[in-house]
Amino acid sequence: MSFFEFLKPKKEKKAQESDKDRGILVFEHTSEVIRAENVLKASGWKIRVMGPPPEIQSGCDLVIEFPLIEELNIVRTLQKVGASPLEIVPVSSPLLRPVDLFQIKDFNQYLMVRAANMKLTVEKKTLDIVNISGGGCPDVPYLAQEMVGKSLSKAPSPNEIGHTLCGYALQLAYEEMTRRCLP
Amino acid sequence: MLAIVGTVPDQKFPLTTGKVSLKDDKICIKEKRIHVNRGTPALLAAAVKTGEALGQLEVFGYLIGDIGLGEGSRKLYEYLAKNLGRSEFSAITFHYLQPDVNWHNRVLSAIKEMAKQPVLIADAGFMYAAKMSGHAAAYDLFTPDTGELAFLADETAPHPFYTRGFILQDEKRVPDLIKRAYAHKNASRFLLVKGKKDYLSDRNGIKATVDSPACEAMEAMGGTGDTLTGIAAALIESGMEISKAAIVAAKANRLAGYYARPTPATQVIEIIRQIPGALEEILQEKITGKATTK
Repeated sequence: MSFFEFLKPKKEKKAQESDKDRGILVFEHTSEVIRAENVLKASGWKIRVMGPPPEIQSGCDLVIEFPLIEELNIVRTLQKVGASPLEIVPVSSPLLRPVDLFQIKDFNQYLMVRAANMKLTVEKKTLDIVNISGGGCPDVPYLAQEMVGKSLSKAPSPNEIGHTLCGYALQLAYEEMTRRCLP
Repeated sequence: MLAIVGTVPDQKFPLTTGKVSLKDDKICIKEKRIHVNRGTPALLAAAVKTGEALGQLEVFGYLIGDIGLGEGSRKLYEYLAKNLGRSEFSAITFHYLQPDVNWHNRVLSAIKEMAKQPVLIADAGFMYAAKMSGHAAAYDLFTPDTGELAFLADETAPHPFYTRGFILQDEKRVPDLIKRAYAHKNASRFLLVKGKKDYLSDRNGIKATVDSPACEAMEAMGGTGDTLTGIAAALIESGMEISKAAIVAAKANRLAGYYARPTPATQVIEIIRQIPGALEEILQEKITGKATTK
């Protein structure tokens, strides 16, 4: 290899990898970034510490890039050790915010709440969860398996047993349903 | 043969491949039995039932356990990337997998090595990855619901949860969203949009709509979109043209729902049991609902 070839920027294999399914965790202080990095790496997640994109106006000058789909699981892990991020945004467009509109459908005997792509339905009289639909991440069938047939007050919440963004959306529907139906 | 790729909600379920059958409302693959609730087992069950109605069409499954942690999905992606290139499927349907763009791209590269290119169908998590990868046009059929269509239409969204607010998940906006998805190259050759009214479209616009029979309760039921994709996949495998298969599937799924007399508490297996009768009726053109073909 000549000296000049050495100076050429190396084309790493990783350059072909896409970051469109990645998200960014924003923290207030650098010490929190380091703590979160240690916790997430120890838990086996593929993350990296980097400088923030220009669109992000808050937090310190380091952020953590992570697999966005697994947001719910990662946030839960950080919450357990008291290292919750200040903000979470998608790499593809840091100004995007989660869908926050709810759609409510009254089927007389049943009530359905929709948040983003997830729908949760309960029987009004018993407050039993009778169906969960929508979504495309693999925790959706699992959440349905664990929640359908149980009462709204006793079923595990998506926040506890879900792992993905679909689980996160179902958590919002669950919270809205709880707000409407439980005292 | 038709291949169906997806996950089951059991973390201990190992990577299993083989011909799939349906016995006593359970999916059978190798010596394993899987309860049909929603997700990929519901898609498989609908495809098997459709295959039976069409004369014992065979379905091959690639399944692994994943409860959203992604470990199972990544093992399956890796297996597919290594092995799909040597396979000879005429159609492949990808379903509930943890969306992962880089693994998606490796699987798509493996498919390109196949001697004869299969019809490619995607729904659920794999469809999310296909859109994010920028390779949506490599697919023949996506089967999104209206929320997922809004995600396809939003060129910046990495997941339906992050679809921008001005791209409303409104049934009335479906034609605009379809146009937008094609304009940004985030749609497959055909789109079958599931909703109050089902839309079949390609890049030239809406080709047909199906809106009856209408069972409002089906919106609340988990798995009714999975059954639609399963019926469409099996019809395509039978040799039916993709656009015709999509319309017949939309009609048959609605009719099966109608015969199941569903409430919002009904489980999808009730609809799956009605598929053969509904399909037979549709194929004999004794349909109660009408398709508007443009």
